[in-house]
Amino acid sequence: MTEPLSFEKSRPNVHAPRLPDAGVAAAEVGDVLPPELLRSQAPALPRLSEPEVMRHYSRLASMNYSISEQFYPLGSCTMKYNPVANEAAASLPGFTTLHPYQDEETVQGALELMWRLEQALCAVVGVDRVTLQPAAGAHGEWTALRMIQAFHRSRGEARTEVLVPDSAHGTNPASAALSGFQVVEVASGPDGRISLADLEAKLSSRVAALMLTNPNTLGLFEREILDIAELVHNTGAKLYYDGANLNALMGVCRPGDMGFDAVHMNLHKTFTTPHGGGGPGAGPVGVKADLVPFLPTPTVERTNGHLKLDFKRPQSIGRVRSFYGNFGMLVRAYTYIVAMGGDGLTQASMDAVLSANYLRKRVEGLLDLPHEGPCMHEFVASARNLAPNGIKALDVAKGLLERDFYAPTIYFPLVVPEAIMVEPTETESKPTLDAFADAIAEIVIEAKEDPEKLHHEPHSLPVGRLDEVATARRINAYLQGQSEDPILRWKPVRD
Amino acid sequence: MPYLVHSPEERAEMLAAIGVESMDGLLVDIPAALRIPRLDLPNGLSEFETMAQITALAARNRVFPDRLTFRGGGVYRRFIPAAVAAVTSKPEFYTAYTPYQPEASQGTLQAIYEFQTLIAELTALDVANASLYDGATAVAEAAMMAYVHTGRKEVLVAGYVHPEYVDVLRAFGEGRGIRVRKGSEPNAKTAAVIFQQPDFLGLLVDAPDLTKRAHDVGAIAIACVDPISLALLAPPGQYGADIAVGEGQQLGLSPSYGGPHVGFIACHKDLVRRLPGRLIGASHDAQGRRGFVLTLTAREQHIRREKATSNICTNHSLCALAASVYMTYMGAEGMRQVADVSFKRAHALAAKLAALPGWELAFPERQFLSEFPIRVPKPAVVNRKLARKGILGGLDMQRWFRELKGVFTFTCTEVNDARAIDELVEAVSS
Amino acid sequence: MAGRLYTKSHEWITVEGKSVTVGITDFAQSQLGDVVFLELPTTGRKLDAGESFGVVESVKAASDLYSPVAGRVTTVNEQLAAKPELINSDPYGEGWILKLELTGDLPKDFMDEATYKKSTESQS
Repeated sequence: MTEPLSFEKSRPNVHAPRLPDAGVAAAEVGDVLPPELLRSQAPALPRLSEPEVMRHYSRLASMNYSISEQFYPLGSCTMKYNPVANEAAASLPGFTTLHPYQDEETVQGALELMWRLEQALCAVVGVDRVTLQPAAGAHGEWTALRMIQAFHRSRGEARTEVLVPDSAHGTNPASAALSGFQVVEVASGPDGRISLADLEAKLSSRVAALMLTNPNTLGLFEREILDIAELVHNTGAKLYYDGANLNALMGVCRPGDMGFDAVHMNLHKTFTTPHGGGGPGAGPVGVKADLVPFLPTPTVERTNGHLKLDFKRPQSIGRVRSFYGNFGMLVRAYTYIVAMGGDGLTQASMDAVLSANYLRKRVEGLLDLPHEGPCMHEFVASARNLAPNGIKALDVAKGLLERDFYAPTIYFPLVVPEAIMVEPTETESKPTLDAFADAIAEIVIEAKEDPEKLHHEPHSLPVGRLDEVATARRINAYLQGQSEDPILRWKPVRD
Repeated sequence: MPYLVHSPEERAEMLAAIGVESMDGLLVDIPAALRIPRLDLPNGLSEFETMAQITALAARNRVFPDRLTFRGGGVYRRFIPAAVAAVTSKPEFYTAYTPYQPEASQGTLQAIYEFQTLIAELTALDVANASLYDGATAVAEAAMMAYVHTGRKEVLVAGYVHPEYVDVLRAFGEGRGIRVRKGSEPNAKTAAVIFQQPDFLGLLVDAPDLTKRAHDVGAIAIACVDPISLALLAPPGQYGADIAVGEGQQLGLSPSYGGPHVGFIACHKDLVRRLPGRLIGASHDAQGRRGFVLTLTAREQHIRREKATSNICTNHSLCALAASVYMTYMGAEGMRQVADVSFKRAHALAAKLAALPGWELAFPERQFLSEFPIRVPKPAVVNRKLARKGILGGLDMQRWFRELKGVFTFTCTEVNDARAIDELVEAVSS
Repeated sequence: MAGRLYTKSHEWITVEGKSVTVGITDFAQSQLGDVVFLELPTTGRKLDAGESFGVVESVKAASDLYSPVAGRVTTVNEQLAAKPELINSDPYGEGWILKLELTGDLPKDFMDEATYKKSTESQS
């Protein structure tokens, strides 16, 4: 099944929606504004009736896999069940209608929620304060690095380098570069953990921070984290925690205790706010006391039960987005935390680790497991054992789609060839994990017996494998003036 | 415990299958000194108790009715068709991930491809991306594009651009040593001229002239635009701006205390390779069926790492979907009506307020669309008076601009009916 | 082919008097996959040995291009704009990338074909 574009379904004489008349005496736009300020040609938006609009989007919805219908074992993405109570909470009119510039006394409930969420996040990760402003994980990384930069600058130190492990998410080096730092890569050792020798070699008084994910992107806990923290702090640098994998640790241990100075959290991973097909998320950042003066403005402050926004923070890095963060996401995350409580969050992390290790055990012997277990909340396998059959990680992923599972993260981290990164989360049942392992087993048999068949999967989805190379080449032809078709948009035929 | 799925028996079976006796056997890599006895939070609650707590917090906020809200400043009350929530609350959309596997994500991919087209049409530029966080970060990302493209380290902010957008621009620029200057005279060091149309006060600026000034010195012209206004006003592509950015909240998203909303960015084809974030392109499979894929990904952080055009990964896809549903539902004609009604009501309100003793338009010689600055007598009491009547009054500009003492902006949209306008005027004159 | 020299960063060169032709190796193109775009310098640009002069992109990867010698760009392979796939189909022939006019001497640290082949065997 495919669905035409809304533009292609558009018919010129369909009624526009019924809207109110102005109902006031006022001049026409064209009589007031000079023609050079006015639009000369109407935009070619589609023209559809409401029934057609609804059917169009319902058909599009049916072409998606989603956590509501499929197991979504995307490593590092923590695709867990998104509680429907969160959605009910976020759609309360007492939240949705609030104007960001309403007076403080009329938004005490909103500020109280933000303050309580901050306290809860402080407790989970072991820091002193949290800013709720960043809109996503990468935005949080950058916010944290800017605070670290401001901290060093306040001491008259111009530290210009940020260390990033070779297994890190691409957002880490990109955020460092956006903050004006030079990125220096630190190698992983043969056991998949950061190489202490290489770290020592790269630390210097030029280094502002080490960015680390723990458990790392291979799903392994950095056992030597306390030594790492000491090494980093001894040179005056700060230790930054990428919270992508926090789901392994709630109630087990805290990044703050490990020596991390700044910690970002993905509310759309660990704290069940939905991912929305690519956001909106929320990426709060927690910091230890010596980074608190540099928090973005405003912060939420509470005195004698009265809440206010504090804009007077002289050492602040300033604003990182408009208003106060993705408030609707904050409501969802807080609702989840209240429902789960300390006991529930702890069990959630335990179950996440248990599920990952169980699934890891189930795929042992089917795919390569390049690193020794146990793992934490996710594990990285490799399809390199299928290379003699001409089968790649991509083929395994497509085989899973054919079998009604979303695919794991593939080709990441870069340090594992043919990587298949699996994160089951705590909200997938044992029968689901077993069915997934069975599907992997079936794919491995097919890889060996009929690899050609696997190369052509999936065939029961709306489309088969798409020609991404042709797409990119056509776009580049357009950008270089060799073609009229932008490929990146539908193009109207104008009279 | 809510949302957890393993039974105690299953947990035991799984531990046995792994070959460990207890969870501690799986947590061996964590140094004992780091383990905490318990998470210092209250125990969980039933859904009923949870919702009671959350509802109590919501009840501590004051809800002003749509029709009596006259405050804007970047976030507006507008009519949101029921179709928008009906689509965005479909779990197939809101519980999906970024569409990494195109075969299983055609719904999201096609919807965002349509979003890119809608924004490109609205701004009259060649290409738009899949969305950014908000209007403020969209301005900052556009400035980063200009910095990389021109190799110049100064950006010029012309006129009354949203002060929070300028603050975010400063924070973005500071790390890389990019200087933000206010003024309208670019020079050979200027990477970009940034202006807002209509500006933060609601006034129309001479966008073609500012664009020309930028181009005369080889700088990029960045227009920060109100998407509803583009149903009436000349779009950035019409006057030759290179990049258009803006906040898409008015396209079907509720105020929600400032977020989540959606930033958009569109540009001329020469700058497409510098665009931040996701881009979706049309493709086809071996059978010739059309499909959509994430494309030009070599610009992005997961491939290009420190050389990426931006660090953005998760963007605001679901909000972009809401905006798409809104624009598709409204069509060009519906959006034009929305903008037109807002224009007329704002002008009617402005005329009535300006006729009151002590009230006068702050810039009577300037044109506006649906938001306008007006000098009010006794600024300290105006909004308090209005609030007593259930009205959310104007926005005090002195909060950001010392020179605008006593100046408030008021906004009107299609939700502020004629009677609401009269109620406002009555309330301030009583 | 005799006379083709290789670098550790997977470029090749051939030398005719002062003129040096630069491309990327068969191994490099196979690692990148289908090339979709090249960002190349304009003619006349002066490059140091080891200086990055452009980028080659596939749909899954992007790789910087480094000048193996110091020189001035005299010719850029214009065909690649429309046909980046030449990098894949004929990396040593029609897929050449640019020609430089050598300034100074040819560096000594190039590999010959056999040595280069050996160095890539451990990487594939």
